[in-house]
Amino acid sequence: VRVCTYACGCTYHPRRVDSRTIYVGHRSSSTNEAFIPPKFCDNRIVSSKYTVWNFLPKNLFEQFRRIANFYFLIIFLVQVIVDTPTSPVTSGLPLFFVITVTAIKQGYEDWLRHKADNEVNKYPVTVLEQGRRIRKESEKIKVGDVVEVEEDVTFPCDLILLQSSRDDDTCFVTTASLDGESNHKTHYTVPDTEKDLETLNATIECEQPQPDLYKFVGRMHIYKNDQEPAVRSLGPENLLLKGATLKNTQRICGVAIYTGMETKMALNYQGKSQKRSAVEKSINAFLLVYLCILVSKALVCTTLKYVWQGKPGQDEPWYNEKTQREKDTNLYLKMFTDFLSFMVLFNFIIPVSMYVTVEMQKFLGSFFITWDKDFFDPEIKEGALVNTSDLNEELGQVEYVFTDKTGTLTQNNMEFIECCIDGFQYKYRDASSDLDGFCVTDGPLNKVQEKAGREELFLRALCLCHTVQVKESSEQGQGQRDQVDGFGLDGEVLPPLREQRGFIASSPDEVALVKGAMRFGFTFLGLESKNMKILTRNNDIEMYELLHVLNFDPVRRRMSVIVRSKSGDTLLFCKGADSSIFPRVRQEEEGYRTLCVAYKNLSAEDYAQADAGLMEARLALQDREQKLMAVYNQVETGMSLIGATAVEDRLQEEAAETMEALQGAGIKVWVLTGDKMETAKSTCYACRLFQRNTELLELTVRTLEDGGRRREERLHELLLEYHKKAVQDAPTWSSANQDYGFIIDGATLSMVLNSSSESNSSRYKNLFLQICQNCTSVLCCRMAPLQKAQIVKMVKNSKGSPITLSIGDGANDVSMILEAHVGIGIKGKEGRQAVRNSDYAIPKLKHLKKLLLAHGHLYYVRIAHLVQYFFYKNLCFILPQFLYQFFCGYSQQPLYDAAYLTMYNICFTSMPILAYSLLEQHICIEVLLDNAALYRDIAKNGMLRWRPFLYWTLLGVFHGLLFFFGVRFLFSNPALQDNGQVFGNWSYGTIVFTVLVFTVTLKLALDTRHWTWINHFVIWGSLLFYVFFSFFWGGIIWPFLKQQRLYFVFANMLSSVSAWLVIILLILLSLLPEILLVVFHKPRGPRQVELRHIHTFPLYFTHSFSPRFIYLFHFLTVLPLFSLWFWSSLMEPIFNIFIRGI
Amino acid sequence: MMASSYNAKEEDGHHSGASNNGGAGVVKSKKPDNTAFKQQRLPAWQPILTAGTVLPAFFVIGLIFIPIGIGLYVTSNNIKEYEIDYTGADINDACYNCAKNFSWNSTTPCLCSVPFTLEQPFESNVFMYYGLSNFYQNHRRYVKSRDDSQLNGDRSALKNPSKECEPYRTSEGKPIAPCGAIANSLFNDTLELYHIDSNGTRNAIPLVKKGIAWWTDKHVKFRNPGGNSNLTVAFQDTSKPVNWRKPVFDLDPSDPENNGFINEDFIVWMRTAALPTFRKLYRIIQKKPSTTPTLPSGKYVLEITYNYPVRSFDGRKRMILSTISWMGGKNPFLGIAYITVGSICFFLGVVLLIIHHKYDTRNNSADIPS
Repeated sequence: VRVCTYACGCTYHPRRVDSRTIYVGHRSSSTNEAFIPPKFCDNRIVSSKYTVWNFLPKNLFEQFRRIANFYFLIIFLVQVIVDTPTSPVTSGLPLFFVITVTAIKQGYEDWLRHKADNEVNKYPVTVLEQGRRIRKESEKIKVGDVVEVEEDVTFPCDLILLQSSRDDDTCFVTTASLDGESNHKTHYTVPDTEKDLETLNATIECEQPQPDLYKFVGRMHIYKNDQEPAVRSLGPENLLLKGATLKNTQRICGVAIYTGMETKMALNYQGKSQKRSAVEKSINAFLLVYLCILVSKALVCTTLKYVWQGKPGQDEPWYNEKTQREKDTNLYLKMFTDFLSFMVLFNFIIPVSMYVTVEMQKFLGSFFITWDKDFFDPEIKEGALVNTSDLNEELGQVEYVFTDKTGTLTQNNMEFIECCIDGFQYKYRDASSDLDGFCVTDGPLNKVQEKAGREELFLRALCLCHTVQVKESSEQGQGQRDQVDGFGLDGEVLPPLREQRGFIASSPDEVALVKGAMRFGFTFLGLESKNMKILTRNNDIEMYELLHVLNFDPVRRRMSVIVRSKSGDTLLFCKGADSSIFPRVRQEEEGYRTLCVAYKNLSAEDYAQADAGLMEARLALQDREQKLMAVYNQVETGMSLIGATAVEDRLQEEAAETMEALQGAGIKVWVLTGDKMETAKSTCYACRLFQRNTELLELTVRTLEDGGRRREERLHELLLEYHKKAVQDAPTWSSANQDYGFIIDGATLSMVLNSSSESNSSRYKNLFLQICQNCTSVLCCRMAPLQKAQIVKMVKNSKGSPITLSIGDGANDVSMILEAHVGIGIKGKEGRQAVRNSDYAIPKLKHLKKLLLAHGHLYYVRIAHLVQYFFYKNLCFILPQFLYQFFCGYSQQPLYDAAYLTMYNICFTSMPILAYSLLEQHICIEVLLDNAALYRDIAKNGMLRWRPFLYWTLLGVFHGLLFFFGVRFLFSNPALQDNGQVFGNWSYGTIVFTVLVFTVTLKLALDTRHWTWINHFVIWGSLLFYVFFSFFWGGIIWPFLKQQRLYFVFANMLSSVSAWLVIILLILLSLLPEILLVVFHKPRGPRQVELRHIHTFPLYFTHSFSPRFIYLFHFLTVLPLFSLWFWSSLMEPIFNIFIRGI
Repeated sequence: MMASSYNAKEEDGHHSGASNNGGAGVVKSKKPDNTAFKQQRLPAWQPILTAGTVLPAFFVIGLIFIPIGIGLYVTSNNIKEYEIDYTGADINDACYNCAKNFSWNSTTPCLCSVPFTLEQPFESNVFMYYGLSNFYQNHRRYVKSRDDSQLNGDRSALKNPSKECEPYRTSEGKPIAPCGAIANSLFNDTLELYHIDSNGTRNAIPLVKKGIAWWTDKHVKFRNPGGNSNLTVAFQDTSKPVNWRKPVFDLDPSDPENNGFINEDFIVWMRTAALPTFRKLYRIIQKKPSTTPTLPSGKYVLEITYNYPVRSFDGRKRMILSTISWMGGKNPFLGIAYITVGSICFFLGVVLLIIHHKYDTRNNSADIPS
């Protein structure tokens, strides 16, 4: 047999890599002694990043990989090494602060990770070794160890179930922390293993670790005293996964096959990669621009310096000789250090404080989400949760929302609504009422005798065809069941008691169906040693032997059971969603899930054949899935239809309103669901994602199979057709064009994405994307979790790289939550996996509306303004200093005192913008929520694109020029005091700086639309602080200062009327264009909506004020500056005459 | 965070709490406080700048700025200023020889006199400035080349001046007092002014050398080591700056309150100028108690002791006589700027008003049917 070649492992067979062999029990009796046990990794989980030893270097390395930190480090080093105009402290201190804070934060997080790792790794487990039970730490488990696990304990590694304390050789597990499904799943022991594990001698061959949680193939050879080894197939039903918890079973034993980082759980863990927001990318782009400005400024200055020095007498006049060291320095080295000095002088243009402020804004700002009481859900008693504060503003930029259906759009709370038997419709109602004349209530189904048989068959089918278990976790439950049996005769008491019966199933619809059948009188009592017990309407207990379960799978979309009744008939019951079984049921638009039920009588030969086929397929090691599928398909033929059921999954609260708001905000909503198309489609209608007039473009297996041609061809044809319809023929100029909805299913999607030929693949993908982008909503059904992520990734990487948001509640959404720019978890029923992997978690879908439309919008506006303002204020801070170089012989003389240079960004201008970026509501929250369309205003990073950036930069340049030259003209006669005394260079700088601080603060005041007391306090407080600080700083001879440059400079400045006048003039002139713009702009007040109707200014300005116009206005306002030049030179004589005339 | 996904204890909503990333997860299982701040509902003033509020502002600004501007312009124009360039760059200049034959080592001072005529009388106090051009007092190397502790009378700094003073820190093995490039290049031309009256006699005009420096500089920032008495002793073991002709304690031997570091000419010089072309206050000509103008119109002579070379760096030297108003010296810039800004505001106000008015009526009429 081929097995031998695997086991011996003597050759480097390529297959060797695909499987691993594990020895259980005595290895010596293995047939091949030559085998060296392969080395498997230990059972340690490592999620931490650092150790005590490598923390400092590794963390520092990672921090300095950030472009900004690296830049500041370089500046700091330059300041330390080269003789520069400013002291290294000015940039070293903030850098040190930022680095330390970040390191502490990251260290703390890693410590938490270490703690969590240890908790898992040191967890005590019981291992059976040579008949003894040994307590061990979880991390010491080796592959091949037999591990004993008790009830409610999590499996420490991936185990093959060998022995269970339950009689029927099964055990129950929940995988809530793994995939979020909180139902109990049945797992089976390997058939015919020995009861005494001590003597067990076997080898297990299985595939190498792979991340798919639901796939596992392997086989086990059991050696019994020189007999021919028995071969048993192993499948996912024998595999207990690390992370799952044992339930309802006292104790199991299993053999470890995958350990540590090779467990399926660890493999499934996708590293939470650092998500960066679009704003951060914009910041980095702007940073590069400013870096270029900085470098070019430094280059210009250096060049001009050497040009200027080339003139005789300029470089070293007699009054200003160089030191010996300077004279000795090499010219080129000197040029280089000059260049660096200029860099240092102008480096404030890229402020370290912006990064601190942005971080602080994000951190503090995220509190408003957790504090929001609108996000508080009284049911789960929790509010929103913010897992990362880096993405706040991204919430305001979302273009695509990918939403899960079950549990997100719907409540995942199934209810049996109605059924249809032989074409007659029955509706369950609490109060008896008629429907179609054939309605039944919870009384007897129908009086018509010939129908009764069919009805009972139908209900029996519902009772039998499922994988539901009766909950029997506690003794009380057991007792209650007995009680139910005891009271069986009393029809009045029975139903309410039965309602309490707990059912556990892999899907909520199964429970709903079983409960539905119970309401009609057929109660499933449980599975006892392969016998299903049901209680019929006549209170008889019927027993059916369960022969086979043909499991549900998403491709077949049905499941079957083969049972043998007491009378010996072998019956196959099948229930499935296949629309080919049964034409669609009417209530689609109400969002019901429909399932059809069919059955067939199996003859003895038929059964024998099916039984053999199933057994064989289950044992296959290769392609087991396909083989099983083939057998399933073969068995599930020739059935006759009994009826159909309709189960309703209720929509989440305000789901439709939320979706409508999102669409109103210009967000495209895609529903990605594992559910079948019909159900998903009806949910889409119910959520108003598809409207009545939406034309649906369907690209599913069904449409592909129409026309009877090859699927590939048909796909090609359909794609082209839809593309023509939705993309090419769509009139771009009109907004009221046809709405399109697009439907695709998983199988077709994989055809589109993985087309056979490479060229087709990319072409299909493009076509598909273009169609989707022109559709208002897209429905992707039958999606595997990984496909969800694939779609998100595809859209994310498409043209224009739109911002995507994924929202989901289950573990199957984790991949798409991690993949999207923003991942939102719903604190739903399906465990915490999604919440833990999300960036933000909210209790309900309806909270998404406020999260995006209000919080997202505000955060975006705040941070965008923050970023632009920071660049602006540093540009007009440094530009005068740059211009001053032209007047001081390019000597790197700072215009401002060192204290001002350091404090400008830290104290004088930092608080107002921080307060603004936390509190600003340019439009108040209610208005934002009521007018979803406002969200479109800021779409596509609207406030951080190059145009607004250019505007802010020009504004900064304008202000910088104005400040510098305004004071420059004033200083053409430095005798500015009424006692004839003159001002020096520090007075010059102080006047410029005063104008600067006031202007940038007042500019922010002009931009502030929402003045809380905090804004008032901070804005006026900053200005007051500046004044007081300047007095204080200049009022004392500071012993620690080498030079008392500012001694009484500020006070003397204030004693000069001219200085006052020029300060007022320059502030006003700087703000004039702003005020003008504000007038012409849309009134962005909180009462905007009303104002649109009653405000008093020309609407043609308010409509859309083209940026070109804005530039024109700026040009117009820059004019005064230039005109001053003209006037002072040309017009002065005319003025003189005019004045003298008076 | 990876750890959180391995936290075996977490299941079915029992959150361990340890895995909380960041600090934002403080509020859990607890209803958020309903405070105005936390709910972002702080009462706020929401100003909207509209045409209605801004238009009057434009007019008001215009109406305030234009008179101020006119006032400033008139004031500036009423300030009398007379300027003489005595550099001696041109061969016809009086000081040409002095400038040409300048040598650091010459012991005899070079004198030159420049006659000039004042067309208009200078009323009130007249301020006499010297002006230098193309003199980079704001060069970084120059600006930092001083030791403020030494100038503040610190004895240790006197004996051991700051490194910043290099290469003007020590001379002949002794520390320089005052050290540094600024002090070393102290302006040392002597300017004297004579009025030539109608009968040709030269009358020296009294020049006051007090009150030319900032009061705080003179009284706090600059101090002699060991008080103002006996400066010779205080400054012993120090060397005079290399380019000086006399030591610091001989700057004004006649007045101990104006000698040494607290010499006002020295203090004025030490306040480095903002731009390469600058003026510094030299002397004050007090107005006379009588009604006669301080400097009546007529002929004058400026006597210069030419000590300060500027030709080597293409500089210029000027003497400026100026009266002073409440806004300082003559400077038409402010007046023009105010008038310009004021009229622009007014003009914009008018334009906006017209647009506004014109549109508003149209808008209203359009609104009525709807």
